[in-house]
Amino acid sequence: MIKQKAILFDATLCAGCGECYNACKEANHLPETTDDFLKDHLSANTYTVVEEYGDVYTRKMCMHCVDPTCVSVCPVGAMEKTELGPVIYDGDKCLGCRYCMQACPHHIPRYEWNKVNPTVKKCIMCYDRVKNGQQTACAEACPTGATLFGDRDELIKIAKERLESDPDTYYQKIYGLEEAGGTDVLIISPVPFDQLGFAENLPKEALPTYTAKALEKIPGVVAGGGVFLAAMYWLTKRKNLIAAEEKQNNMNSTSGDEK
Amino acid sequence: MKQIIPKITFWRVVAVIIVVAGLYSTYLRFTGGLGASTNLSDEFPWGLWIGFDILVGVGLAAGGFTICAITHIFNIEKYKPLARPAILTAFLGYLLVIFGLMYDLGKPYNIWHAIIYWNPRSVMFEVAWCVMLYTTVLFLEFLPIALEKFRLKKLLAFMKKVGIPIMITGVILSTLHQSSLGSLFLIVPQKMYPLWYSGLLPVFFFISAVGAGLTMVIFEAYLSARAFNKGIEADLLSRIGLYGVIILMLGLIIKLIDFALTDKIHLLFTINNYTLLFYLEILVGTIVPFGLLIQKRIRENRRWLYASAIMVISGFLLNRLNVSITSITPGAGVSYFPSIYEISVTLMLVTLGMWAFKFIAKNFPVFASEVHFENHNLKYSEKLSEGKI
Repeated sequence: MIKQKAILFDATLCAGCGECYNACKEANHLPETTDDFLKDHLSANTYTVVEEYGDVYTRKMCMHCVDPTCVSVCPVGAMEKTELGPVIYDGDKCLGCRYCMQACPHHIPRYEWNKVNPTVKKCIMCYDRVKNGQQTACAEACPTGATLFGDRDELIKIAKERLESDPDTYYQKIYGLEEAGGTDVLIISPVPFDQLGFAENLPKEALPTYTAKALEKIPGVVAGGGVFLAAMYWLTKRKNLIAAEEKQNNMNSTSGDEK
Repeated sequence: MKQIIPKITFWRVVAVIIVVAGLYSTYLRFTGGLGASTNLSDEFPWGLWIGFDILVGVGLAAGGFTICAITHIFNIEKYKPLARPAILTAFLGYLLVIFGLMYDLGKPYNIWHAIIYWNPRSVMFEVAWCVMLYTTVLFLEFLPIALEKFRLKKLLAFMKKVGIPIMITGVILSTLHQSSLGSLFLIVPQKMYPLWYSGLLPVFFFISAVGAGLTMVIFEAYLSARAFNKGIEADLLSRIGLYGVIILMLGLIIKLIDFALTDKIHLLFTINNYTLLFYLEILVGTIVPFGLLIQKRIRENRRWLYASAIMVISGFLLNRLNVSITSITPGAGVSYFPSIYEISVTLMLVTLGMWAFKFIAKNFPVFASEVHFENHNLKYSEKLSEGKI
């Protein structure tokens, strides 16, 4: 079995230097959007940002969910969860319904609002590099080791070790272990995650299970509905016929005209 | 047919202004993208065009399948005079929904991709297929009306044979996607204000569409009666109105039970803008019209019936906008109000729909109560072609 790749971001190690931000821009050929990378936001031209919360820096990017909501909602399968982990996107298939943006629990996908032929933009975990056995551009560029790339289970082990060995430094939780069914971007931090702008109210279940419950009722509705409606048609038709016959029998002299 | 220049009236001038504005917005939309024409953003990707053009449009077209089921499947024949206008409304409604979708989709020229690229896990995929198939069904249901007009008797006889399976398919498809429009929002539990989020969203969407769809039949019957100067099936309409509000009331009761079971009752007493909008929605859309139409004297009064229908439709509209827009704002962290261009496109779609309805109703035997899909005879169109009607 192929091992799922992941990114571990350790906020205690991040110095806010912006090397990951620059490397991402370069790897994805994205234009410069601001002089001050700390003030930048995710956009069609920025797939990852470094954010400053007091004296803690954190990163925001696509979380590459284990069972991604965007993949499940896309009507044409333009979003794809690859075996290696990265969630990638095919702009040629896309209809532009933006359900992926509406449904993403992490508020990640961005849109080219001002293009006539727009596509969805987000971090794709440097899929081309990862496919060839390389690490992501952001992990490679990180001078402090705050962003690590590797096998998901390995990174979870590392994160757990850090939380255990240094309980005073770390807030005791790995963000991404079970958020909305788990993500391939794992984050550890010195402070609770809502203080870093991460959604803390996410269910533990993968969100696609919410719609799956409705979708699995379809065959029943089709079969049951078909039988029910056909039966009703037959029964009511018959009832009307019998009623009409009785009516006919009751009035012998007058013609059978209605009203 | 006489061709005369239409008389200039206030509403015609308004309609023309709306369409011209809509065309300008169309130009902006397709040359500048969604950014130039809408107030949508990365934080708020769905707005008026989804909330109104799609959710309201499809919902109000529900009269088509409901009346169809009543008359052709449950064989309650007395409602047949209402079937054709309802089918026509539904057919036009769906065409407008597809037309409106062209504005909202970022890549409208890829709309056919839903046919070749499949993702059965997606509610949107199911909606897409249901809308495609049901629009086809509506076309087939409308076809006999056109065939009568052009007196194609052989085809008409064939359509009569396959009529019932088509109707049954239509009812099932409608049931599926009226409810799955609600299912679309099941996947954002953490983004929606809890007054509107519920695991029963698909059920609520189905029930409210049936109730409001029936009431829509009253609304359009009155408008047509005024436009074509014809009588009205007052007795049938007041009954339909009664059934409509009873169904809506039933939906409201289920909603309140759901509130109780999911510990949301306290939200009804938390006063904020959401609660106020929720109360407005259920008062205007359900409670007040129910209180009115349950009284025989009131529902048999044309004006009160018409007024109640307008209330139900407004409440329905508010419900769909509340689900798709209001309830999403806390989760999105931004506020959204549609741009003037979004509004003008929506108004244009409504106007075009009314024009199309008027045109077809004028030129096809839509309000022909003596011809039915099943026991059709060609009396009406014969008389029509001889100029006797």
